[in-house]
Amino acid sequence: MSEDRNELPAAATLEQRIEQALDEARRHGAEAAEAACSGDVGLSVNVRKGAIDTLEHHRNRDLAVSVYFGGRKGSANSGDLSAEAVREAVQAACDIARYTSEDPANGLAPAERMAVDPPDLDLDHPWGITPEEAVERARACEEAALEADRRIENTEGAGVSVHRGLHAYGNSHGFLSVLPETRHGVHCVAVAGHGEDMQRDYWYTVARDPNGLEGASAVGRRAAERATARLGADSVSTERVPVLFEAAVARGLIGHLVGAVKGSALYRRASFLVDRLGEQLFPAWMQMVERPHIPRALGSAAFDAEGVATADSPLIADGVLRRYVLDSYSARRMGLETTANAGGIHNLEVQSGPDDFDSLVRRMGRGLIVTELMGQGVNLVTGDYSRGAAGFWVENGQVDRPVQEVTIAGHLGDLFAGIQAVGADVDRRGNVLTGSILIDEMTVAGK
Amino acid sequence: MQRDTVASPIDETLRQAEADLLAPAGLDEQGLDAVFSRLLRPGVDFADLYFQASRREAWVLEDGIVREGSRSRDRGVGARAVSGETTGFAYCDEIDLPALLDASRAAGVVARSGGARALSPFRSGSGRALYRGDDPLASLDADAKVALLHRAEKAARDVDPRIEHVVVSLAGAHDTILVASSEGDWAADIRPLVRINVSVLAVSGDRRESGASGGGGRYSYSRFVEADRVEAYAREAARQALVNLEAEDAPAGHLPVVLGPGWPGVLLHEAVGHGLEGDFNRKGTSAFSGRIGERVASPLCTVVDDGTLAERRGSLNIDDEGHPTQCNTLIQEGVLTGYMQDRLNAGLMGQERTGNARRESYAHLPMPRMTNTYMLPGSDDPASIIGSVDRGLYAVHFGGGQVDITSGKFVFSASEAYWIENGRIQHPVKGATLIGNGPDVLTRVSRVGNDLQLDSGIGVCGKEGQSLPVGVGQPTLLVDGMTVGGTQA
Repeated sequence: MSEDRNELPAAATLEQRIEQALDEARRHGAEAAEAACSGDVGLSVNVRKGAIDTLEHHRNRDLAVSVYFGGRKGSANSGDLSAEAVREAVQAACDIARYTSEDPANGLAPAERMAVDPPDLDLDHPWGITPEEAVERARACEEAALEADRRIENTEGAGVSVHRGLHAYGNSHGFLSVLPETRHGVHCVAVAGHGEDMQRDYWYTVARDPNGLEGASAVGRRAAERATARLGADSVSTERVPVLFEAAVARGLIGHLVGAVKGSALYRRASFLVDRLGEQLFPAWMQMVERPHIPRALGSAAFDAEGVATADSPLIADGVLRRYVLDSYSARRMGLETTANAGGIHNLEVQSGPDDFDSLVRRMGRGLIVTELMGQGVNLVTGDYSRGAAGFWVENGQVDRPVQEVTIAGHLGDLFAGIQAVGADVDRRGNVLTGSILIDEMTVAGK
Repeated sequence: MQRDTVASPIDETLRQAEADLLAPAGLDEQGLDAVFSRLLRPGVDFADLYFQASRREAWVLEDGIVREGSRSRDRGVGARAVSGETTGFAYCDEIDLPALLDASRAAGVVARSGGARALSPFRSGSGRALYRGDDPLASLDADAKVALLHRAEKAARDVDPRIEHVVVSLAGAHDTILVASSEGDWAADIRPLVRINVSVLAVSGDRRESGASGGGGRYSYSRFVEADRVEAYAREAARQALVNLEAEDAPAGHLPVVLGPGWPGVLLHEAVGHGLEGDFNRKGTSAFSGRIGERVASPLCTVVDDGTLAERRGSLNIDDEGHPTQCNTLIQEGVLTGYMQDRLNAGLMGQERTGNARRESYAHLPMPRMTNTYMLPGSDDPASIIGSVDRGLYAVHFGGGQVDITSGKFVFSASEAYWIENGRIQHPVKGATLIGNGPDVLTRVSRVGNDLQLDSGIGVCGKEGQSLPVGVGQPTLLVDGMTVGGTQA
């Protein structure tokens, strides 16, 4: 069977595999079962110094099945979608379920929560770009970086990626859906300077629709600007100062909130936000709303990974934690209802204020702008936060010099409560949509 | 550190891999000629195929119940064609001739014009067996696996009533790979890998702290059953959590840091390891580029990357290009002596391959990667190293780390640390991130202990989206000054 490399399996094939898996599970005596089946195709090219570095064709297929026998659960995966492989996967899942324990919280999400008539969110925009055209676009991106500044002496390359996937999910409630979606991107990693003073930085654009991408040259220039701005970076002396998280890293900060109010952390009581529902965690002017139905947005989904219909829903209202982020398992463990977050959060929008980035810098007066964070020093159990950082030192409301080899530390609870402003410069390249975030005070450690 | 090998004839490995990967598709050495003829377009310098079949499983016990069990299977083949600095790559998630021909056509299109390369006759290399090829998933029956999970949980809970929550996970993988290249490589490896992790939550009043421990390697589950292995991991996880319940805020600023033996070797992995991978150096983007022969560490430091340790998590009989792994000296008594290489980067830099070509799977391209990276022991008594510090940090356990190859800045985050004052260990302090500069942090190593330890076998390294099992190790070290990222300025 030699299919076109750029072709996805037919939607009908994925549906058939899911129906087969659910049928087999029923035959094995499972009271409930669910299956996800996907096909993905893609192309990624990376160009360096004008020549192709790598040209990769991607094509993946996967089937995942879970079966339930009186509260006992078994799961299996297969990278092969043949009828035989599906049969084996179901068999393996059923075998495993003989050894797992009865857990009343196990099972499908409630039938009445299934997305009956899911809206079309306009997520499928195939990009008919040929490998040659993708190479040309990557070349233009890298060239723009190299020409932007004579201090850009090298690059780690510029790349273009094209992706289309077809994702099917079905369960024994009778829910079955198959949806195509696309995601494309252009990126560039520029290297400025040389020897002891060499700095790299990057920029990227990503979108469902290729027409929504930033221009390749703009991406290259932005990468070059970012890398050259870091030349001559040094550490600073240790002190407590305000810290401004650039939008791209501010997203991570909000991501820690999501991680700490996720059901899997809460029912294990492994979160510093255990039992904080209804409490004021942020300043009273702050709002965060999950908006899963934004057309063409990267985090959009009409239903979650369990088939549960999604809908707009506030997470933080007037600074207060209004709900947790739950799938059906953690919801049952906690005696609550699923919030349609199996598989994650879908477009969490942090409401912005009027300030653009420069006015946030002016407002900070003196402190540290963070443009890059390093390491995993975030403990969601305690809320303790300590990470490596790079960025810029600000004096008198203006960028004074680049900074590296420092850490920033504090407690997430204090950081959340100490937010002074959220910028209008919203970064839309992920599941969390936020502008830059200004925090009143953190410990910056350096020399 | 054992260097002896377990018996398992290489021919047998190759025969088994051929039977598992090629025979079902009716492929053999001759049949691959047609595939290579598509890959070896004019201008292609070399091409290779990477066949892989893998089976994985995972079991999770949480608060007394076996909550999850899962199994997965995957097989496929990756086809790569290299022309100068350019690599074309495609893969298929089935092993059959039409799909393979199609992938090879797609991978081969990167060729520029140039002379045509002939396919060298395949020759199978002789190798060694650093681990047994037996299927670890089958080494215990499901009841015994479940019993192992329960044993670990009980051991953790028995430590102290403040241990409120326990999660134990057991995971195993069995990979069969076969590499065929246009240069005549024809090599196979059968790789077992197992791991057990225990993580606990300790609660006292309104404080809650976590602790985690575990171990594993290229052997079977039966090793966990022996002696009190799982109990030891469980007790260690509980101990860490209890210590952290007492932890005070960590200091902030530039301080002397004593790093304990074993897993704190993640320092080496981040500070120097990644920066010595051939690809970054070929491209001139590493802070270590062009510095072979220069002093990058104190004369007390000798650092190796050794893929040949028996049964270690980071070890391989052959790398993912079929080259036997080696023990490569990266830094010899403080002087930079070598990079880690795969075929592409070694070739372009005019250096030898070092057995460091690794890939996450058939669906990923190989790159120069680490295996087991560690520092050789020195002569100091660890207690005397701590005793020599007036005011500083003693860090014995770490979470992960990260490095910016180009600026050389790296971090790693302590998960168990103590304040040292007047040469004595005082109270525990909260986890904090340490940050330093790779090319000079080792120049500040002033004491090296005689207590080399390797980690327990749970390390995962990520690079360009590919995750791989690795090992690290070191003796107790004193770094005269590093930035410690606590909150107490």
